[in-house]
Amino acid sequence: MAGLLGRKLGMTQVFSPDGNVVPVTVIEAGPCVVLEVLTEKSALKIGFGDIKENRVRKPQQGYFKKIELSPRRYIRDLKFEDLSDYQPGSEIKADLFQPGDYVDVTGTSKGRGFAGMIKRWGAKSFPSSHGHPMQRQAGSQGCSATPARVFRGKKLPGRYGGAKKTVQNLEVVQVRPDENLIMLRGAVPGSRSGLLLIRKALKKKRK
Amino acid sequence: MNVLEKLEQEQIKEEIPEFQVGDTISVHAKIVEDERERIQVFTGVCIARKRSGVRESFTVRRVSYGLGVEKVFLLHSPRVAKIEVTRRGAVRRAKLYYLRDKTGKQARIKERKIDYKKPRK
Repeated sequence: MAGLLGRKLGMTQVFSPDGNVVPVTVIEAGPCVVLEVLTEKSALKIGFGDIKENRVRKPQQGYFKKIELSPRRYIRDLKFEDLSDYQPGSEIKADLFQPGDYVDVTGTSKGRGFAGMIKRWGAKSFPSSHGHPMQRQAGSQGCSATPARVFRGKKLPGRYGGAKKTVQNLEVVQVRPDENLIMLRGAVPGSRSGLLLIRKALKKKRK
Repeated sequence: MNVLEKLEQEQIKEEIPEFQVGDTISVHAKIVEDERERIQVFTGVCIARKRSGVRESFTVRRVSYGLGVEKVFLLHSPRVAKIEVTRRGAVRRAKLYYLRDKTGKQARIKERKIDYKKPRK
């Protein structure tokens, strides 16, 4: 699946030509540099983001020296169906996508720490009146003497967020290759300035 | 300026007639009726302006056939084709929501003779 790395800049709105307000996420997408062509994996090793030379770890410094390219902050292997257009050093830019395409976006969601039932699982709160002793607790764990245990997978409070999440089938609204910007309709995982992987939609065919 | 601010700045209309809350304005709104596009004019008193960059909106109120009608327009929307100011009103509030409870003579607004923006001598 063709794709590239990017950085979330934040959300705003744009007017569509017919005057509707479209909520968009603005992503600084690329430019990504092809570091290696992995033919047997049918993949490209791509790098994204600037980094100072002295901030790069020694093994990576050696790697970048070997391939004779300037160091990048993030390195990922990404499957591409057609490798023929790429050789080490070539750039992947935002114009990989066109307005109207659909993409999948992967990122790390915002960490919410130890979250309760209501935030983590969308449980309903107990009533605040009519003498109820608690509002946000988990409630019943299940049945009684049969089965005499709590079923595996019971939804309970715990660590929430900060995990790898993918949002599928986001529509590309605008692409600006000169400014390395992509605008997608809707929200993507993570906070601003978070690293994102943008790929061609797996399930949706191109328009 | 960061990228988001720049993107929003791009969408802000360059020419917007100066109007204030209390002014009577005519809004020429584009309406799409299956493939056909026409312009509808809505005239009334501007009772609120919510300033928020590209998201700025304003509310126009008129009494039509004895029934109060309010419409909220997005100032920078391409659907708002033109705004005409027909009368300037002198008001002492930023939001004229009190007009909703007034009818007839009480719902009048005095004509504004001075320009608030100009410093008085």
